[in-house]
Amino acid sequence: MSTPTAHFAPLARALHWLMALMVIAMLFIGAGMVASVSERHEWLLNLHKPLGIAILVLVIVRLIVRFSTQTPPLPADLPGWQALAAKLSHYLLYALMLAMPLIGWAMISAAGDPVMLSSSVRLPSIVAAHAETFAFLRKAHRYLAYLFFLTILMHLAAALFHGWVRRDEVLDSMLRGK
Amino acid sequence: MIDREPPYPRKPPLSNAEKLARMAGIGLVVLIAAGAFAYVNGSLDPQRLTPARVVNVFEQSNGVHPGYRRNHPKGICVAGYFESNGAAASLSRAQVFASGRTPVIGRLALPTGNPYSPDSAAPIRSFAVQFTQPDGQQWRTGMNSMPVFPVGTPEAFVDLLKATSPDPKTGKPDPAKPPAFFAAHPEAQPFLAWVKTAKPSASFVTETYNSVNAFVLVDTAGKRQAVRWSLVSEAKGDAPAPDAKDYLQQDLSQKLASGPQRWSLVLTLANAQDPTNDASKAWTGDHKTVNAGTLVIDGDSSQLDGNCRDINFDPLILPNGIEGSDDPLLAARSAAYASSYMRRTSEVDQLKAAPAQEKQP
Repeated sequence: MSTPTAHFAPLARALHWLMALMVIAMLFIGAGMVASVSERHEWLLNLHKPLGIAILVLVIVRLIVRFSTQTPPLPADLPGWQALAAKLSHYLLYALMLAMPLIGWAMISAAGDPVMLSSSVRLPSIVAAHAETFAFLRKAHRYLAYLFFLTILMHLAAALFHGWVRRDEVLDSMLRGK
Repeated sequence: MIDREPPYPRKPPLSNAEKLARMAGIGLVVLIAAGAFAYVNGSLDPQRLTPARVVNVFEQSNGVHPGYRRNHPKGICVAGYFESNGAAASLSRAQVFASGRTPVIGRLALPTGNPYSPDSAAPIRSFAVQFTQPDGQQWRTGMNSMPVFPVGTPEAFVDLLKATSPDPKTGKPDPAKPPAFFAAHPEAQPFLAWVKTAKPSASFVTETYNSVNAFVLVDTAGKRQAVRWSLVSEAKGDAPAPDAKDYLQQDLSQKLASGPQRWSLVLTLANAQDPTNDASKAWTGDHKTVNAGTLVIDGDSSQLDGNCRDINFDPLILPNGIEGSDDPLLAARSAAYASSYMRRTSEVDQLKAAPAQEKQP
């Protein structure tokens, strides 16, 4: 039996921080573009779509890395509810990283719009054009984005709680290591 | 292999005051992040013009007609094809300009805010067209029968809407507001001069429709040429509009029964000094024009279940080879149409219900 690792694998850490940056940028880009009627709307929209697909690709790589590397265990003295919250919030974060780009892609498809990643790269539609489906997906995209942002805020607060208040090795396991 | 020091290096316990200070620090970090998000999404700035607020102004002005477009809600779906003659292929690498046919779905409409407006309520008609290229890329364009737009910016357009909207207190527009608006917006003079002479046409097919906004064509070498485009009707006629509430749809069906209707797609190439960022200004003087081909319409259907109903004619859905210009109205149209589209697609189930009341504008 192997000794549990104290740190996430280097590739897992690299993916975590890269995707943290991308996902937070993505949430701000999305919130900013739907609140603008200026050229910024267009500019941000043209950034939002390729970045979303990049996140979709990376989260698949990340899930493979997650399942194929050792993950440091939570501290044994962590209260049960906190351990449960940690577990559930991580499932939620992975689910949202996977779902949000897919919903965005499906929603553009359902609107009958060409799914353009740039002025010349077009992805295939993944659902048939259908107004009600679009309306449902578009709302889901918005509300899940808010849920995503709130979950990230909780994740951030919890990480800082581990690092600053509990002062255990949880925050360190994502910051450092071999 | 990593050896974990059991349990982990012990640090001296925090006092309650220290704990509290650190918890407050965490709270501050979270608050700053949430505040930045609220700033970006416009929550902290009720004055910012957002797509939703633009559409709200339309709804306040026109009332809400569930399931309908928030502007130009009265219209008819049409279908046909664009027969390119290849003349614009040297200006733009878009497939639509190569010789041959591109299928189109279109929508002819009345530029009022009410789906039950009489056809003579405005002396303007609009034509929106979606071209679908063989490579799946699309060109969507919404054109109007006026030569210029009243104003050049989304802010001015929203102010114009507000100036002509019914006052919430009296239910009627304030007659003092439009003159005040136009006094403050001299750029609207070319539009006002045109609209004075404009009469509601008896037919959609005799009208010429203009992009009004400028776009940029890009050729295979990357060379850019600013243009405005027009659909110039082949059918001529300036018969006065009949004295009836609805006549455009019947006229269109009759015309289509006698044969396909045609428009020439004419590109007007900008000269060096032409403004591309101001749709309120005409391009005056001599201009090179290119007739790119013929738009042929051979069928129509009701907008309540026709194939144009669920199309958002976003002017920035463009194929490779056509780009938006620096005209600020383009991004605003794109953003506001998205908001209108989101609202009306949530309401399609209400379209089939008979209107509770036909509010006349």
